[in-house]
Amino acid sequence: MAFRILAIRLWPGLLAAAIVAVLSLGTLGAVALRAEGMSGLSRFDWMAVRFTVVQAALSALLSVLFAIPAARALARREFFGRGLLITLLGAPFILPTIVAILGLTAVFGKSGLLAVALGWVGLEPISIYGFHGVILAHVFFNLPLATRLLLQGWSAIPAERFRLASALEFSPSATFRHIELPMLKEIVPGALTVIFLICTTSFAVALTFGGGPKATTVELAIYEAFRYDFDLGKASLLALVQVAICVIAAAGSLFFRVPQVGHGGIGRRVLRFDGHHAQSRVLDGFWIVVVSLFLLTPLLMIFIRGGAGIFSLPVSVWEAALRSVVTAVGSAALAICLALSLVLSAQRWKVLEVIGLSSIAASPLVMGTGLYIVMFAVTDPADWALLVTALVNAVMSLPFMLRALSPALAAAERDYGRLSASLGLTGWAYVRLVLLPRLRLPLGFSGGLAAALSMGDLGVITLFARPDGATLPLQIYRLMGSYRMEQAMGAALLLLMLSLGLFYIFDAWGRRRA
Amino acid sequence: MLELRNIRLTQKEAGADFTLSVSAAVPNGSRIAVIGPSGAGKSTLMSLIGGFARSDEGQLIWRGEDLTNSTPAKRPIAHLFQDHNLFAHMTAAQNVGLGIRPNLRLSSEETARVCEALAAVGLKGFERRKPAELSGGQQSRVALARVLVQEKPLVLLDEPFSALGPAMRREMIALAKDVGTRLGATMLMVTHDIADVEAFADQVIWIEDGRCDPPRDWSEIKANPPSGLSAYIGT
Repeated sequence: MAFRILAIRLWPGLLAAAIVAVLSLGTLGAVALRAEGMSGLSRFDWMAVRFTVVQAALSALLSVLFAIPAARALARREFFGRGLLITLLGAPFILPTIVAILGLTAVFGKSGLLAVALGWVGLEPISIYGFHGVILAHVFFNLPLATRLLLQGWSAIPAERFRLASALEFSPSATFRHIELPMLKEIVPGALTVIFLICTTSFAVALTFGGGPKATTVELAIYEAFRYDFDLGKASLLALVQVAICVIAAAGSLFFRVPQVGHGGIGRRVLRFDGHHAQSRVLDGFWIVVVSLFLLTPLLMIFIRGGAGIFSLPVSVWEAALRSVVTAVGSAALAICLALSLVLSAQRWKVLEVIGLSSIAASPLVMGTGLYIVMFAVTDPADWALLVTALVNAVMSLPFMLRALSPALAAAERDYGRLSASLGLTGWAYVRLVLLPRLRLPLGFSGGLAAALSMGDLGVITLFARPDGATLPLQIYRLMGSYRMEQAMGAALLLLMLSLGLFYIFDAWGRRRA
Repeated sequence: MLELRNIRLTQKEAGADFTLSVSAAVPNGSRIAVIGPSGAGKSTLMSLIGGFARSDEGQLIWRGEDLTNSTPAKRPIAHLFQDHNLFAHMTAAQNVGLGIRPNLRLSSEETARVCEALAAVGLKGFERRKPAELSGGQQSRVALARVLVQEKPLVLLDEPFSALGPAMRREMIALAKDVGTRLGATMLMVTHDIADVEAFADQVIWIEDGRCDPPRDWSEIKANPPSGLSAYIGT
């Protein structure tokens, strides 16, 4: 029997777990109580359920489908800017949704680049609003994720297999069947499930591009029941439906081995001996160009069109920016405290980490609805808009924070547990002198992600904010709504730079060797 | 004297259980080499004495005091492990300073002791270096400097120099002996190399299949080797 090396107290972890449980399960309870005695779901609501599932499935399918040739091209080609492109594939994670939406509008919208190009050949512009707009935005966000996951799969194939394939003079189709297909069979189901799960909780995209009976997600329906009708009973019932969808999707993700996106490990080019045919070169080049254009043009449009507007932004935008920065930093600090408490106490009670991960199946809008119902009984929820936004986003950040911290903590324990125990390095001194320095890198990285996520949040805040209390993403949404596109673009550029800046500061802190 | 009284420790492993049984006494101030085939239980014996593993039966007595149930830090033991002897994010001086105060809040007098210890192992002026900026041999020196400031009467070395080349290893073993002599400490060292045994030990503990012989003189063992030893050495 081994002695316990870590003598960390349990209460910080228990407290953190309680906060998470109250936010994910407690709010659900509040919602469920409120949902009693309502009229049931209308036909419109059922359409929302159907749309949520169909769009998520289609988004997942298209993202993975396009990611397969793109990832293969990236895996076997060396070209100028390859490293940068792979880094950029990680960017959508910290890219605020509203910024991407504006960028996509500038390319695919009514007066966007595509419409102009179509005009030259005499075709009618297509509308970005509705079903296909939602899908387009979801593919924009998740194609990079799928590509990274698949690229990891390709990098993980031992180089010897490709060497063997060339020694045996495999044809391209034989290489695909014997080497690449088995890898795809392993990665693709997990990638599909993850993207499906992400898309089921889509709110901001549906809010801007969707709407109406044909393109309303359940999350959007909750918001509408809440905001327009103030029908809390109906909002609650929809919230329960949303949770059911999330739980089913999350259960699916447990069933499939879900691949993890780590930092590093995908930069290495696969040394291959096939793909020298002119045909495959052209094909790879085509996919690299198409994916790059699809991902980069919208961002470029933000810089081009926002650059002009950024210096003439109204004061209200700057005020909103300040609110957002404060909220984001607070949210990241909160997420770091919660994650550290959970991960340290989970050394003794493994279940605490599972509770922390549980928010992966939660929906921020449902949390918001529940909190609103509870707070409405005692106070004006709008007074707490920023705090609630920070808190909900902190809890939503926990799954990826825990996934980043947990292996680093295990490594620190494995490498230094005995040495520390023999030196009497225990308790707070152990945390301060050993664990925090060893956890610094993943802490900075995931803390930066949490800050960026909260900075770009356009979910809970829409339920709570007063007209004069908007955060920057909400302010941009309002500018869009009143067709002040130049200002919206400028504000989007500001938001993009603030999000990237926050992420950079946290990540740089993690990388700094004191 | 370090006494291991009828100690038994069973570890559940995939396949068969492994049992280590020891009855031995180690005289004060002696240097003992622990040798035996891989998987014989050498490291388990060290974990047991160090307090990282707990025996199912028997007692561990140090100078009349029962250590069987005390935690690693409460035992009068300094360790040199096979690897990860230094915290990669701390300077040489900090790594040594941990041996005086685990919270690193050192007085100026204690800081001076750290510098003296580093000078004693030949690392004067290396205080602010981090392990990554030190060679393998220099890292071992820092770890030995910490043993020096810890001033423990018992030092356990679990193959600490196995990653070093032969010349460097001889040098480190000489330095370890020197540190032990300064402290007047009892030392136990696990090793795979007979050259290490001859350079280091007064006496030798032979372990095979979890059975542990009491320490004997090396010359005596060589004259009358246990059955497994000839096969182990291969002569």
